[in-house]
Formats: sequence, structure tokens, C-alpha cells
Amino acid sequence: MEAINFIDLNATTVLLLFVVGFIGGMVSGFIGSGGAFVLTPAMMSLGVPGIVAVASNMAHKFPKALVGAIKRAKFGQVDVKLGIVMGLFAEAGVFVGKEIMTTIRTAHGNVGTDFYVSIIFVVVLGIVGTIVMRDALRSRHRNGVQQGTDIPRLARWAQSINIPGTMMSFKSMKGARVSLLIVAPLGFATGLLAASIAVGGFIGVPAMMYVLGVPALMASATELVVAFVMGMGGSLFYAWEGFVDIRLAMIILAGSLFGIQIGAIGTTYVKEHMVKLVMGMIMLIVLVSRLLKLPVYLTSLGMISPLPTYIIRALDNASSAALAIALIIGAGAILISLVRGMALHQKRHATLPSATVD
Amino acid sequence: MALGLLSLVLYIQLFHFDAELREITLATNQGHKSYFLVPIGIAFLFSLVHGAFTDRFWDVLGVKARK
Repeated sequence: MEAINFIDLNATTVLLLFVVGFIGGMVSGFIGSGGAFVLTPAMMSLGVPGIVAVASNMAHKFPKALVGAIKRAKFGQVDVKLGIVMGLFAEAGVFVGKEIMTTIRTAHGNVGTDFYVSIIFVVVLGIVGTIVMRDALRSRHRNGVQQGTDIPRLARWAQSINIPGTMMSFKSMKGARVSLLIVAPLGFATGLLAASIAVGGFIGVPAMMYVLGVPALMASATELVVAFVMGMGGSLFYAWEGFVDIRLAMIILAGSLFGIQIGAIGTTYVKEHMVKLVMGMIMLIVLVSRLLKLPVYLTSLGMISPLPTYIIRALDNASSAALAIALIIGAGAILISLVRGMALHQKRHATLPSATVD
Repeated sequence: MALGLLSLVLYIQLFHFDAELREITLATNQGHKSYFLVPIGIAFLFSLVHGAFTDRFWDVLGVKARK
């Protein structure tokens, strides 16, 4: 089997990983997932093989998710029961996903996993990013009157299905009961995706929102519990295979733990549609970044006729630029929301008697 | 302050044992599984210490959640 390529650490790499970790953490704390969807491609851009990038991200993610979940549980946003149930089914998905990855690596080497990871990114981000963005724009136009209280049509249907012996109630669905047979595949798909691209939340959060009817803020907070449960299992699987580069994982963690706190605090100052808007926006830009890399991987795999070097270089640069734009926009949107929210809150405190302020 | 220092010490150790950590992972990848839990243990330790530090860090700077 091809030997793993563990990159050398120098000041630039460390600083880059720290900054990307910080921004990734901020996004992760804000939308409940997604730190790794920025981090996996960023690590790959530094020369880390796809499988090592995914494995190392999982190893930094599960303890980070625990820290984030505890923080948001203090804000009353976490449904622990739903998180654990989905997390356990996600574990099975992670196992299958990891098997797929190692099989591809054995057959096609590191470039094979790079290509696979990128394809999954493009497909998932294309579908989920469009849905989330459309919903965010719609709920903004609804003027915020019923935000967080209207249940999507699909969720109403899912909650109306009664399969005796499998029904469970969750506090995030305001006491509504839903069959475990509906929760299980959602958890499994979340885990499968997490083991493939290290970001299960792209399925987990929208699934909770649109299929189960969980409000966006609670879905993004509960996803942190799912991420912890499945992330720990996934990390154990990958650590057993020797794919976790703990040096990289811990440098990212250094930055992302600063970021996740800011992101989590930010959620307490914004409206639901803002979380969706930031999520959708970042997803669609990262999609472009990965899409631009596909021809490069196809060339390396010999699946298309070789591209001239200058085109490969141009595609590489454009991909990195798109990723940087996603990071800057995401971080900017979160910070602006936080600063505005804090300023407004302080202003209200200053003008109203303290008993009437939320 | 103490948490910050402890976190810093942990990271200095991480860079100090850079080569050893690389060797452990390579050995695990080649089939020697004795130390496969080392990365997981490191992840937990770092997140607990550094997580507690970063939580306090923003609080001290006045960045607090809305109640």
C-alpha cells in the first residue's frame, strides 16, 4: 500500500492551520457543523492526503463538538436525547464510510480518495446548499413573524407517521412523536457523510430541520452532540488504521476552540434565518472551490487527457481563492452579527428597566 | 491564566515530540496497533484544557452570550 505522506510542520503551516482552525471553529459554533468542510479542503491544499485530512479532522472535531455542545446546552439549545440517538446510528454510517475510503485508497491511492472526497463535496453541497439558501431567503421575506414556529411540510408528514413500538418523543419537536425508523436513516446518512468528508452536519442539520421539524438553532446545537458521539467512534476507527495526524489535528483545535466559543455566543444574538443564510452561502462557495479541483484529480488519475501545467496551476489557485472567500465571508457575517447584536442588546439595556429586558 | 499556561505547555510538548508522534502513527498504519489510542488521548486532554481556557478567554474580554 502507498505510504502515508505526513507533512512537515513549519511556521507558515502552523499559522495557516491555526487561522483556518479559528475561522472553521467560528463557523462550526455558529451553524453547528462545517468547521471541517473548510478544514478538509484547506488541509488538502497544504498537501495532506484526503484520507489523512478527513481522519485528522474527525479527531479534532469530536472533542471540539463536546466543548461546543456543553456551551450551547447552557443556552438551552441542545436536545441531548435526539443527539445521542442520531449519533449512535451515525456511528454505523461512519463505519461503512470509512470502509469505502480505505477500499478506494487501496485501489487508487491518495489521489483516489482526494477525488472521491471532492465529488461527495460537490454533490452534497450542491443539493443541500441550494435548499438551505432558498429557505433562508424565503424566511427572511416572511418578515420574521412566525420564525421558528412553522413546521416544514415534510416534517409534518414525518411526525404524522405512527409505527407502533418505534415511536419516540423529543423536546426539540415540542413533544411531537416520531418513529425511530425515520431517525435511523438520517443518522446513518450523517455518519456516512462524516466519514467521507468529515462533515456530517451537512446532512444532519438540514435533516433535523426539514425532516424532523427541529428549529434551526436547536438543530445546529444538537448536531454538536451527534458530532461528538459519531466523531469519537470515527476517530477510533481511523486511529486504528493509523490515518490520524494528531499534530495537525491539535493545531487546528488550538484555533478552532477560540472560534467555536465566538460562534456559539453569536447564535444567541441572531435570528433563525441568519444562521441559514450563512450556512447556505458558505456551502455554495465551498462547492465552487471543490468543483475547480476535479479536473486536476481526473488528470492525476489518468481519467482524462492531461491538462497543460498552467491550467492546473490556475485551477489550483482559483480553488484556494474560492475557499478563502468562503472563509472571509462566513467569518465576517458571524462577527458582524455578533457585534451588531451585542450593541443592540446593550442599547436596550441602557434604555429599558432591567426587568423588562430579555 | 493558569489554564492558558497549561495549554501552552501542552502545545510546546506537541512540537517537541513531533517526530515521535509521526513514528507512532506510521507504525500504527503499518500494523503495530499498540499505541493507536495515543492520538485519541491527546485529543481529549488538549480539548479539555484548551477548551476551558478559551471559554474563560472570551468571557474576560467581555464577549458574553445574551441571557
